[in-house]
Amino acid sequence: MAEVLVYVDHVDGAVRKPTLELLTLARRIGEPVAVALGAGGADTAAVLGEHGAVKVLTHDASEYADYLVVPKVDALQAAVAEVSPAAVLVPSSAEGKEIAARLALRIGSGIITDAVDLEAGDAGPVATQSVFAASFTTKSRISKGTPVITVKPNSAAVEAAPAAGAVEALSVTFSAQATGTKVTGRTPRESTGRPELTEAAIVVSGGRGVNGSENFAIIEALADSLGAAVGASRAAVDAGWYPHTNQVGQTGKSVSPQLYIANGISGAIQHRAGMQTSKTIVAVNKDAEAPIFDLVDYGVVGDLFDVVPALTEEINTRKG
Amino acid sequence: MSLRIVVTVKYVPDATGDRHFADDLTVDRDDVDGLLSELDEYAVEQALQISENSDDDVEVTVLIVGPEDAKDALRKALSMGADKAVHVEDDDLHGTDALGTSLVLAKAIEKAGYDLVISGMASTDGTMGVVPALLAERLGVPQVTLLSEVSVEDGTVRGRRDGDAASEQLEASLPAVVSVTDQSGEARYPSFKGIMAAKKKPVQAWDLSDLDLEAGQVGLEGAYTVVDSATERPARTAGTIVKDEGEGGKQLAEFLASQKFI
Repeated sequence: MAEVLVYVDHVDGAVRKPTLELLTLARRIGEPVAVALGAGGADTAAVLGEHGAVKVLTHDASEYADYLVVPKVDALQAAVAEVSPAAVLVPSSAEGKEIAARLALRIGSGIITDAVDLEAGDAGPVATQSVFAASFTTKSRISKGTPVITVKPNSAAVEAAPAAGAVEALSVTFSAQATGTKVTGRTPRESTGRPELTEAAIVVSGGRGVNGSENFAIIEALADSLGAAVGASRAAVDAGWYPHTNQVGQTGKSVSPQLYIANGISGAIQHRAGMQTSKTIVAVNKDAEAPIFDLVDYGVVGDLFDVVPALTEEINTRKG
Repeated sequence: MSLRIVVTVKYVPDATGDRHFADDLTVDRDDVDGLLSELDEYAVEQALQISENSDDDVEVTVLIVGPEDAKDALRKALSMGADKAVHVEDDDLHGTDALGTSLVLAKAIEKAGYDLVISGMASTDGTMGVVPALLAERLGVPQVTLLSEVSVEDGTVRGRRDGDAASEQLEASLPAVVSVTDQSGEARYPSFKGIMAAKKKPVQAWDLSDLDLEAGQVGLEGAYTVVDSATERPARTAGTIVKDEGEGGKQLAEFLASQKFI
């Protein structure tokens, strides 16, 4: 059976969920071989093995942390040379897409980004994408070289499928470009204790109607009652009410959770582009004419300062 | 000292229009108005700020690959304050994918001459966000991408990249490829004076032969990706909408419970 390379997104050995989703998708087109780079790479083997990785190729060097993107491209290229895979899958993070693009160019292959589904086809893997603010669904494939495909978080349910997960050292020679962009400082993002926005099963967002950073507390309280991530519209971010890292939309993050709750968000096209593939959409807005109501499964026309706290209280009561 | 900045920009269908696909499954550009991709305005803005903050002689060139109408986008960038423009136009470019676009841009950047390339973080139509990284790979220079802050001094570009897990300070020697996010700073509006001045600024027109490229390397024929189908997403079935008369929160909780979210 053909091998499929899966790039592992991990933080010091803790594998992030989108990688486990990739392993599930990879099994549809072949045998997953994972590539885990940097400090803690070898520690990922157990969880990757549980989710279907037959092999875990690892390599640690300070270059992965000290320089931007290119060392990882060098390593992935070395893995492609060693394994000759049927495809390479990479999580659709900003960095993941950059790694995938440079790899594709180097190995003379096409690239598809932001796939939301993947299946085996007669002429190689077929990727489903959601485009034009999710108003169209396309099916595409790569016609030249080894398909390089990046997949959005929440595109597949994680399934366990125990496999060997045998660790093997990958031999990597860094290119001349590897040390071109130096990382001179790194400030880790402070953890809020909430799930990562792009990975969360439920996202609770606030927009212009929240009307001030202090009022985001009621959005956060609702999120916490549901174990959800907090999102914000561009209007709220531009006003300085919430950090840009939480922005949902065309210029922010694209999310596709099971449940999306939009509060005080009108639903401009730029916002819809980032959340329209959510499975269930709920909105609270004073304006009955807001375009967000065209998208919802359930909408409440009302003041979010009344509705959201009442909703939070009701959820907390039901949870006991 | 002088600094040559090339800003790559794209002409995209207006996202507020009714975007769809043509029969050959490329983006239909005839039915929707086009404009300068909003995210590229940030790239133009940063180029102008670098120019304004520099003691050196800085020249800002905007570069576009696109059809005749794409001149509108160049005109906008020139009105904002860019010094000159290059328009790569060729019928054989129809259907070019991201890899092909990066090839054409890289050739044009080399022909124009550059110390620094600045791009937007992604186009607002394809939204792939891969062209800046591809340009760095093709040009063999450092990529300093997704910056929310950027500065250039003594042949070094520095910037801040805000990622999911951390905020990173980056540094590279010129020449380099930079991309900037919408957090890098609000783009200026063209002034009347800027609009009048833009009419007199030079726009060079290049085709594939000017860049030593052949038709088969670009366009649909040269594409590495095939779109087999594009289907319009079925309209959502109308949801339930209630008016809050004191019970809105409770009703919403009831709905969430019925869907097993609580």
